[in-house]
Amino acid sequence: MDWLYILMPIAGVKIFWPGLIILGIGVGVIGGFFGMGGAWMVTPGLNILGFPMAFAIGTDIAHMAGKSLISTMRHGKFGNVDYKLGFIMLFGTIAGFEIGAQMVMWLERIGNVEIVVRWIYLFLLTFIAWLVFHDVSKRKAKDRAAKAAGREVDALATGVEWHKTLHKIKIPPMVHLKEAGVYCSAWLPIFVSFFTGWLAGILGIGGGLIRMPSLIYLVGCPTHVAVGTDLFEVMISGLYGAGSYTAKGRVELVAAIIMLVGAAVGAQVGAVATKYIKGYGIRVAFGLAVIGCATSIVLKMITQWYPATKGILDPVSTVLILALVFGMALYITLKMVAGAKREIAAKKARA
Amino acid sequence: MAKIRNIFLMVTCFCLTLPAISLASGGGGAPIVIVADTRKLTGLLAWWANLYNESHLYFTILTIILIPLIGVIFGTLADFVMHFVGIDLKSRELAEH
Repeated sequence: MDWLYILMPIAGVKIFWPGLIILGIGVGVIGGFFGMGGAWMVTPGLNILGFPMAFAIGTDIAHMAGKSLISTMRHGKFGNVDYKLGFIMLFGTIAGFEIGAQMVMWLERIGNVEIVVRWIYLFLLTFIAWLVFHDVSKRKAKDRAAKAAGREVDALATGVEWHKTLHKIKIPPMVHLKEAGVYCSAWLPIFVSFFTGWLAGILGIGGGLIRMPSLIYLVGCPTHVAVGTDLFEVMISGLYGAGSYTAKGRVELVAAIIMLVGAAVGAQVGAVATKYIKGYGIRVAFGLAVIGCATSIVLKMITQWYPATKGILDPVSTVLILALVFGMALYITLKMVAGAKREIAAKKARA
Repeated sequence: MAKIRNIFLMVTCFCLTLPAISLASGGGGAPIVIVADTRKLTGLLAWWANLYNESHLYFTILTIILIPLIGVIFGTLADFVMHFVGIDLKSRELAEH
């Protein structure tokens, strides 16, 4: 069975290459569907396959850049990418990210970096999960109220409407974001991207997990456009990160390419699945993914407070993340296949 | 409205003061040099590992070119397969939040 293993030229470790393809497919599906890079899922996966941590992060970012490019191309054709919004946000994201990364260095010198980062991350994920489900329940309440009054609720209606209040701030220059259907001050997306970039820099993540809900709840993008535009951002920041990590010698391109084989298929499946699933369906699944991520962090924190539990909880955390990845990827793939079958059957019926 | 404007102003001021704090902190970890072991490698993999050892700059440039290129190739291939299956890849009918 030696042919199932490939020697990584830079890291110098032998890796089970079908594992890389399977991991690529899983995170490709989720990334294409939710509009995020998924570093929190890939890094432990690569680590399990035998990658040293230093290479796991860099290799993940390199594959993320290629995968997001594929998803962005697909979402772009569906009209889900607001390029104008993406370019505006790019400035804020990069500036925020660099400042966040510098702050981590500062915290490292004080010696508190890990505790601070874990707590911020946990607080943030709890808040996002609450926000998503609060939004869903408010929207459902609107649905019920409309039905009781004998009306149909507007398809564009949302539960949480913070963006409407933020759109009232008319600080020039104002911008019209066509694909997103938003007219607001240019400072709003700049500020949001700066803030999310700053958080991503502090947390050492790509930022999709924070940016996607921010695009929905603060900028006011429809879910599909938030997913597509976020992927555009992930693509640019992924390329920047890949360059940065490669220059430091921390990218195993052979592994990234093998993962891309799986991710190319997965990303297409995830992106096409958004065609068949309503915006609020995507939000609910996203909320569940956030809860899974938060749970794995809580488990990691418990092992720090009680080191005796490390032997049990570390593998539990990794298994939880991987089970979540494959459970969600399977659910999205099944939805995509069912939707595609309906579409093809409808086409045949028309012909 | 005034409350939100005040919060917006406060957070903006906070973020604007961050660069000074963060730049003052500066610093970073000690550089670690990793060298690829090319003894067991042959052909393309050996060439790739040698390139890594000789110049991180060329290695980086090539990586940055190869990743999007490979992404586009695989993406186009997957596109072709999906189109062949009969899925409409150019439009999305669902229009809602």
